[in-house]
Amino acid sequence: MSKNELIRLDGITKSFNGNVVLKSLNLSVMDGEFVTLLGPSGCGKTTTLRIIGGFEMPDSGDLYFGGERINALSPDKRNINTVFQKYALFPHLNVGENVAFGLRLKGVSDRDVEKRVSEMLELVDLSGFERRSVTSLSGGQQQRVAIARAIVNEPKVLLLDEPLGALDLKLRKEMQVELKKLHERLKMTFIYVTHDQEEALTMSDTIVVMNGGQILQQGSPIDIYNEPANRFVADFVGESNIIPGRMPEDCRVEFLGTVYDCVDRGFEKNEQIDVVIRPEDIVLLEEGENSIQAHDRLLKGTVKTCLFKGVHYEMIIETGDFDFIAHSTVAEKIGMQMYLDIDPDNIHIMKKSSLETMTEMEYRLEHDPDAVMEEE
Amino acid sequence: MKKHTLSRTYMILVFIFMYAPIVLLMIFSFNSTKSRSVWTGFSLKWYAKLFNDSEIINALQVTLEVAVSAALISMILGTAAALGIFSLRPRSRKGLLWLNNIPMMNPDIIMGVTLMLMFIFLYRICHLPFFALGFQTLLIAHVTFDTPYVLLSVLPKLRQMDIRQYEAARDLGASNFQALRKVVMPQIKSGIVTGGILAFTMSIDDVVVSYFTSGPFSETLGVLIFGMTKKRISPEINALCTLMFIAVLVLLLIINFREFKASKEREE
Ligand SMILES: Nc1ncnc2c1ncn2[C@@H]1O[C@H](COP(=O)(O)OP(=O)(O)OP(=O)(O)O)[C@@H](O)[C@H]1O
Ligand SMILES: [Mg+2]
Repeated sequence: MSKNELIRLDGITKSFNGNVVLKSLNLSVMDGEFVTLLGPSGCGKTTTLRIIGGFEMPDSGDLYFGGERINALSPDKRNINTVFQKYALFPHLNVGENVAFGLRLKGVSDRDVEKRVSEMLELVDLSGFERRSVTSLSGGQQQRVAIARAIVNEPKVLLLDEPLGALDLKLRKEMQVELKKLHERLKMTFIYVTHDQEEALTMSDTIVVMNGGQILQQGSPIDIYNEPANRFVADFVGESNIIPGRMPEDCRVEFLGTVYDCVDRGFEKNEQIDVVIRPEDIVLLEEGENSIQAHDRLLKGTVKTCLFKGVHYEMIIETGDFDFIAHSTVAEKIGMQMYLDIDPDNIHIMKKSSLETMTEMEYRLEHDPDAVMEEE
Repeated sequence: MKKHTLSRTYMILVFIFMYAPIVLLMIFSFNSTKSRSVWTGFSLKWYAKLFNDSEIINALQVTLEVAVSAALISMILGTAAALGIFSLRPRSRKGLLWLNNIPMMNPDIIMGVTLMLMFIFLYRICHLPFFALGFQTLLIAHVTFDTPYVLLSVLPKLRQMDIRQYEAARDLGASNFQALRKVVMPQIKSGIVTGGILAFTMSIDDVVVSYFTSGPFSETLGVLIFGMTKKRISPEINALCTLMFIAVLVLLLIINFREFKASKEREE
């Protein structure tokens, strides 16, 4: 992957009928990168993609492609192709002609068109489908035609708007792997939109977490997962326990009435912070288990529920003030007293400031996540 | 079983009421005398007379000319209007569609009179010779009431189409016009043709509006026959109606055949 910046969004703002949808967005995409825009429904992912593709004009701010400002360039003049959210295949054309559409416009000769189309169909595993009607294809096949139709033009950038949203879980997993392979083979820049955090974590080089028309964090999947910048990111990307606390000194954090060791430093004395603990980082110990050196320093709780989730059990452990979610491969009896052992490495501290800028969406997500998700 | 016979009888009755008059008319167009109730022998004389009646032939020509041109013009206008209205916001779309419905709901007589008054105003007061009552004014009037039908048959086709397809075409390098021609048109074509045929039929069908907006040398068949009924109905008219009925039948068969072929191709 070369390190050249290919696309830059500079203070992009967009509103529809007075509703601000994007708030001064800054984003930089490197050449050859697989970037994923991740965020809840309505956060402006599609709008961002449509601005890059040229289907919406930003109200203010600038869009650069390879260093050149392209705000007013029409979509047909951009070296960018899109795989649309619902594919938008042309129903009056067969599979071959759908894929050939871009080539025919460029005036490529019939023989070359035929050759390129069959190459592309082979690439997406649809060899010999040229004459089939697109309406007779399954969702997964239509999806692949849409991809072939876009990449046959050899764009520098491929925009994909929730391309796997309509597929069932198994097919989605397969397509995730195929798309990733395709990206490695084609060396194109992919900008991918999803609201599925797992998909984002598996596929991307870089994840851009968005909410309420703003970028909350941009980083590698590992960074985003392990070092969420704020409450919203921590909550949205994976399950987590988020507990308010305070930093009495560097590498020491106090929450739920106990002081713990941690690895974060650089906070003011007694700064109010949020602590993130991933459910899989909580080790449950029974009373009297010998690995417990200092019982009094560990949180003690009661198992409230225990659900089987396939690979692990998900338990809710009730301590005095906070209900922890913990994952474990062994089931514990409900009502059992357990100790929660957390490695200092796995106690992640987040600045509190993000809470003050909490948008309405974040607030609702936190207090009534189901209602927000239903709007999708 | 009983229900079955009943519904079948009903159906047969409906068909008799619909088609018996036409069949009778066709039979008597070959009658050798003027009688409309007694069969006196086979003859083609009314057909011969028909083709020698310059008044009728002239009216037939005017009718066909105006119907075909009005249908073609309203196909263009109606499609353009449908594309425009479709791209509007829902509220303005509703308003315009409501306006579009007025010429269709409006009684013919009101439309005919108002159009005539407008043409006379433009001719007499504004001194625009183009608006002297004649073929042009007849054509304008027909386009006026034809266009809404085309619009209404194109609009559902646009609604069926995923508008993202237009964007996909632009995305793949098509200009505005190319996207319209290569992606939108093929999908609304059937709506345009249906609208055109509908417009053609409405034009042929119309008597009232044509009566007020045609000049002395641009009478349509409808207007002519309407005028004749006051004096005499010659069996020539039977012959004419027979020919027109057959023409329409052939037209319908062609359309059906085309649709059948298209749907078969799609299946393959
Ligand atoms: N053309 C439009 N007119 C009016 N409002 C719009 C338009 N397009 C988007 N919006 C609004 O902008 C906001 C962001 O929309 P966008 O489609 O970008 O969200 P998204 O993140 O892609 O959501 P999803 O995951 O549901 O696809 C939404 O509140 C939406 O209602
Ligand atoms: Mg979207």
